[in-house]
Amino acid sequence: MNELVIISGKGGTGKTSIAASLAILAERPVVADCDVDAPDLHLLLEPRVEKAHRFLAGLQATIRQQDCMACGKCLALCRFDAIRPPGRSAAQAAFSVDPIGCEGCGVCARWCPAKAIDMLQRDCGQWFVSRTRIGPMVHAQLSAASENSGKLVATVRDAARKIAQAEDRRLIIVDGPPGIGCPVIASVTGATRVLIVTEPTVTGEHDLERVIALTNHFAIPSAVCVNKWDLNAQVTERIEERARQLGTRVLGRIRYDPKVTSAQVAQKAAVETDTQAGEDIRNLWRGLKGDWGA
Amino acid sequence: MILAIASGKGGTGKTTIAVNLAWVWGQNVQLLDCDVEEPNAQLFIKGTCICQEVASIPVPSVDESACDGCGECGRFCAYHAIVSLGTKPIVFPDMCHGCGGCMMVCPKQAITEAGYRIGTVEVFESGQVRLVQGRLDVGRPMAPPLIRAVKAKIDRQRQVILDAPPGTSCPVVAAVRGCDLVLLVTEPTPFGLNDLRLAVQMVRGLGLAHAVVINRVGIGDDRIHRFCQEEGIPILLELREDRRIAQAYSRGELAVDVLPEYGRSFEALVEKLSDLALSA
Repeated sequence: MNELVIISGKGGTGKTSIAASLAILAERPVVADCDVDAPDLHLLLEPRVEKAHRFLAGLQATIRQQDCMACGKCLALCRFDAIRPPGRSAAQAAFSVDPIGCEGCGVCARWCPAKAIDMLQRDCGQWFVSRTRIGPMVHAQLSAASENSGKLVATVRDAARKIAQAEDRRLIIVDGPPGIGCPVIASVTGATRVLIVTEPTVTGEHDLERVIALTNHFAIPSAVCVNKWDLNAQVTERIEERARQLGTRVLGRIRYDPKVTSAQVAQKAAVETDTQAGEDIRNLWRGLKGDWGA
Repeated sequence: MILAIASGKGGTGKTTIAVNLAWVWGQNVQLLDCDVEEPNAQLFIKGTCICQEVASIPVPSVDESACDGCGECGRFCAYHAIVSLGTKPIVFPDMCHGCGGCMMVCPKQAITEAGYRIGTVEVFESGQVRLVQGRLDVGRPMAPPLIRAVKAKIDRQRQVILDAPPGTSCPVVAAVRGCDLVLLVTEPTPFGLNDLRLAVQMVRGLGLAHAVVINRVGIGDDRIHRFCQEEGIPILLELREDRRIAQAYSRGELAVDVLPEYGRSFEALVEKLSDLALSA
């Protein structure tokens, strides 16, 4: 089973548009959207949700107001600035927890002399198993301002693998998150190949170095494609040269084509409409397949 | 005023807005690059580095001669960052949040804390802008502690502009928490609207004042305008789709430097923001 993860370092380079197109071109894929805090792939693939799951992860401290002695030990021990001291009125005589700051370590609960603090399961969002016009899709929505995005990514990938196994599907296409932190690491570890989508700008170039360093760090084979390459041909060449130096394959360029946005507005992938960029993506897909010998 | 520039979706123009705004604001601007996974502001602001510090988080360090392998530390840790199976514990520093619990729970006082490097904080001076930039080391998963280290440099005497990371989860929350106004940058496409909705949910959840900047007006449709009107969110700036801005950006140039007409757009934005700050 192959797992192709599409990431970018820099956001907004076209990951999702390209992921949707590759999913259309692939034969019987499973699709997974691992950009769990700002997922967009569902806007193009229009999944029908078959099963929704709550995503419970991590803990959160809650102070039972009636049992709090207002000694302030929790405030002194908390390293996340998550304890709010009592207010002036009698109704706010106890300490309380700012759920946004709390990281669920349990230090306050353990050392509260009144045993007035409970650690409760935190509801961090939902994940879904769905069907689309091209087959199964696993996707998720992290609650706004939540934590544990890495864990949710792992949950989505795991579910996608199980579906691939059960339905004998050989390829999972994963739309990854931007950046190089926790959810990206959770998206790429153990994948068979990573496709990095970049753009010919000084920021795209800078971010590409870091994202290749990440895939090299975890020893995952990667390939690079420059989207909107004709925006700056000189930077495109520089990026491709640098990518080769860093041991990554260069697999195709995609031209700047405003019709990709029109396709998005029509809830279609670029290769489903008549676009020049769509042709470039078909070439990219041929390169990817050749690369795998698939 | 501490102004944060954020967006749900990546690549909508946060950095473009942050650097051009910082440049035209004039005196005494402190620009904080809190997109520590991929910091980019310095590519436009340039300048000279006047200070570089290593940022670390406290992680447990076990004195094996004092440890009797009781396993209390591993049972306490909520993050599986210290594991003991009836043996001397193994520490996984990348999982550690630095709560200090293992150290406190150890009956033998065998655990102390040592600094574990996660990245750097650098300060650059360029014209009237002072840029503070966080840069996460590659392979380190946790951005929020580094974002807090960047924000520890906030100078309230200056106008602070904070460039946040994309998304709506913990790194963004760490960045925008405590800011006076969040400017959400979006684009008029289905992806732009979907991610703007999520970003608005986040800032409302945090109780933060917010307004919108629409970038690349002319691509897509008018769905962002309609959404902002329905939700009563002020639109403070609209930038039309202009290949010249994209090209200037691709070369690391400031739009306000090479395309003077945009200087006026950003000056108007400064005025609106100053009015908002006065009325707040």
